Amino acid sequence: MQRYEDMETQKTVQTVDVSEYQYGFNFPDASVFKTRKGLDADVVRQISGQKQEPEWMLNYRLRALESFWKKPMPSWGADLSDLDFDNMYYYAKPAGGVSRSWEDLPEGIRKTYDRLGLPEAEKKFLAGVGAQYDSEVVYHNLQENLSRQGVIFCDPETAVREHPDLVRKYFGTVIPYGDNKFAALNSAVWSGGSFIYVPPGVKVDIPLQAYFRINLENFGQFERTLIIADEGSFVHYIEGCTAPVYSTDSLHSAVVEIIALPNSRVRYTTIQNWSSDIYNLVTKRAVAYRGATVEWVDGNIGSKRTMKYPSVYLMEEGAHGEVLSIAFAGGGQQQDTGGKIVHSASNTSSVITSKSISKDGGISSYRGLLKVAPGLDNVKSKVVCDALILDEHSHSNTYPYMEIESDNVSIEHEARVSRISEEQLFYLMSRGLDEAEASMMIVNGFLDPLVKQLPMEYAVELNKLIELEMEGSVG
Amino acid sequence: MELRIHGLHASIEGKEILKGIDLTLPQGEIHALMGPNGSGKSTLANVLMGHPSYEVTGGEVYMDDIDILSLEPYQRARLGLFLAFQYPVEIPGLTAGKFLKRAAELRLEDGGKLNVSSFIRELRAHMDFLEMDHQFINRYLNEGFSGGEKKRMEMLQMLALQPAFAVLDETDSGLDIDALKIVSKGVNSLKGPGFGALIITHYQRILNYIRPDRVHVMVGGRIVRSGGPELVERLEKDGYDWLKSQAAAEHAKV
Ligand SMILES: Nc1ncnc2c1ncn2[C@@H]1O[C@H](COP(=O)(O)OP(=O)(O)OP(=O)(O)O)[C@@H](O)[C@H]1O
Ligand SMILES: [Mg+2]
Repeated sequence: MQRYEDMETQKTVQTVDVSEYQYGFNFPDASVFKTRKGLDADVVRQISGQKQEPEWMLNYRLRALESFWKKPMPSWGADLSDLDFDNMYYYAKPAGGVSRSWEDLPEGIRKTYDRLGLPEAEKKFLAGVGAQYDSEVVYHNLQENLSRQGVIFCDPETAVREHPDLVRKYFGTVIPYGDNKFAALNSAVWSGGSFIYVPPGVKVDIPLQAYFRINLENFGQFERTLIIADEGSFVHYIEGCTAPVYSTDSLHSAVVEIIALPNSRVRYTTIQNWSSDIYNLVTKRAVAYRGATVEWVDGNIGSKRTMKYPSVYLMEEGAHGEVLSIAFAGGGQQQDTGGKIVHSASNTSSVITSKSISKDGGISSYRGLLKVAPGLDNVKSKVVCDALILDEHSHSNTYPYMEIESDNVSIEHEARVSRISEEQLFYLMSRGLDEAEASMMIVNGFLDPLVKQLPMEYAVELNKLIELEMEGSVG
Repeated sequence: MELRIHGLHASIEGKEILKGIDLTLPQGEIHALMGPNGSGKSTLANVLMGHPSYEVTGGEVYMDDIDILSLEPYQRARLGLFLAFQYPVEIPGLTAGKFLKRAAELRLEDGGKLNVSSFIRELRAHMDFLEMDHQFINRYLNEGFSGGEKKRMEMLQMLALQPAFAVLDETDSGLDIDALKIVSKGVNSLKGPGFGALIITHYQRILNYIRPDRVHVMVGGRIVRSGGPELVERLEKDGYDWLKSQAAAEHAKV
């Protein structure tokens, strides 16, 4: 009785390859609350109701929905013409107690996890298998430790309930819902994500990872993350996982806001590997006040289309912003990524470094904006984009926009496009490496200066992922 | 083991460069290959290693009883063939150490496992021997190396990989006299019953340090003369003209 409905549901939501069904891939869906297909004010009300939100948040969502209808689709960037808003689900609440079994997952995904050598617990978590997680204790210790220092680290739903003052003060201030169509969409239907507040002077000594939190909604399609680093504090947040995130939805549209108050420092690392049918359209923006530093490290592997340009607004003197972006575009993929820095004060500096790899017909584009407001002094910026193209079917584009309205500005811009040359391959092969390994070494070498800046375990996983991509066995 | 080249013809972009090369290099011997610019020496070196741009249009090359012309470059390397490049290639981001370790691993018989700490020890010893700063293995392969440093890196690779046959394509060009001695020392240290080398050079001076067993002269894609070390002195004195005119005369007869 339930079955037919479920099957239909699965088909549309997952847009999985039909061949995956042969592995018996379906979920017992009976106890999951799901809004109906498509989007309207009722759906938004239902989402808000499920979360038992206060009136102000519901109203915010409804205003955002109005804005979503009015905003045009971006007319630039990746090709989004296949995206069908009416044919999507916007909220599904995984119910506790219902767990999918590991064996139910498509073989390809299981294999990938195995090859990445992820710990069993993490694998299951990523796969959405089982709500219980062995390291719950670890998480509790961490939470205790953090709350002793006054650090708040929870999901945004909890923050709305328990820290409404902070949320109302900062939520949507960096990225207003009217910013762009996808920010509006997220603001209307957001669910899951992270909320972090670090009090003045507190330096959080371990990176905070959403992965610590046992909540299936963490990696939902419309995550909402808000980080507030109070004066003189430090925090490093790591989003997502390097394993291909198994999502039942074809659109991932997150919003991430960071507020770096005077003299604080925030580092935000993402290494994401969505499955190859995902549209990954994310708005990430930070504001940095006097003497504050914000660093985005953003790795994009997988997905069908990615549009993501982490940005930093340097609001006051002494602020510094960095964006480090890595993209890998394989067959059928378009990675449209880059960074955006806005200098709004004198004595501010910024660096954007972008490395992209295109293979098997993939297209990677760097799109960057560097803006310097009028009347500023001593502004420094450096933009470096490097693209590596692995074969003649693949492409790379560079769109470095600059709007410089002050004179005392030092700007460096380098862009390089390289191809793996026959001579390089021959050289490595003449020492015993076969062609696949030789290209792999060249690709790893290309990324090395950047990978070195990642936390160790991320660097290792990123390398492994790229290896899998090179073999064409992911996705 | 022997490296045997029979009637080898090869062309690039439809233009024939090697026009029938015969040459046998047994292990335990060092041969020199000389010849004017453009005569095809590097072409021979590249064809031996399997460079994909060259088309072999005739002949055969054997390492013992294995016809290597049908093998990929990496397979030839694993059989023990080594080419020291005239122009070593830069690989940004790949440290020389990481690369060497992997290459050494691949030289081991199937299933063999590289003892990393003893490999590093040996590598350091080789670097001392070649008077290289140990820091070189932490640098990206050949990137920003001076001409002489690149040549030393080629020699370091040769020492680390202990090939059965090495072809050195003008490894001596562009080296100062001290570097030349060091490179020669490297080759001489491998000299023995398990090693054969073909040294492509324009200069007698390297042959003052490495005593070749035989000297071959290539002109216009053919070996026009082979002989003992005394041939080098004649070339140094008279140049290639007498051989060129001989070769032209012979060619005209055919
Ligand atoms: N890629 C290429 N395309 C066209 N011709 C080529 C190419 N590579 C080599 N040649 C030609 O082949 C001939 C032989 O070149 P090769 O490099 O083998 O000479 P060589 O004997 O090594 O010379 P040198 O002493 O200057 O190093 C030359 O005429 C050269 O121009
Ligand atoms: Mg040459």
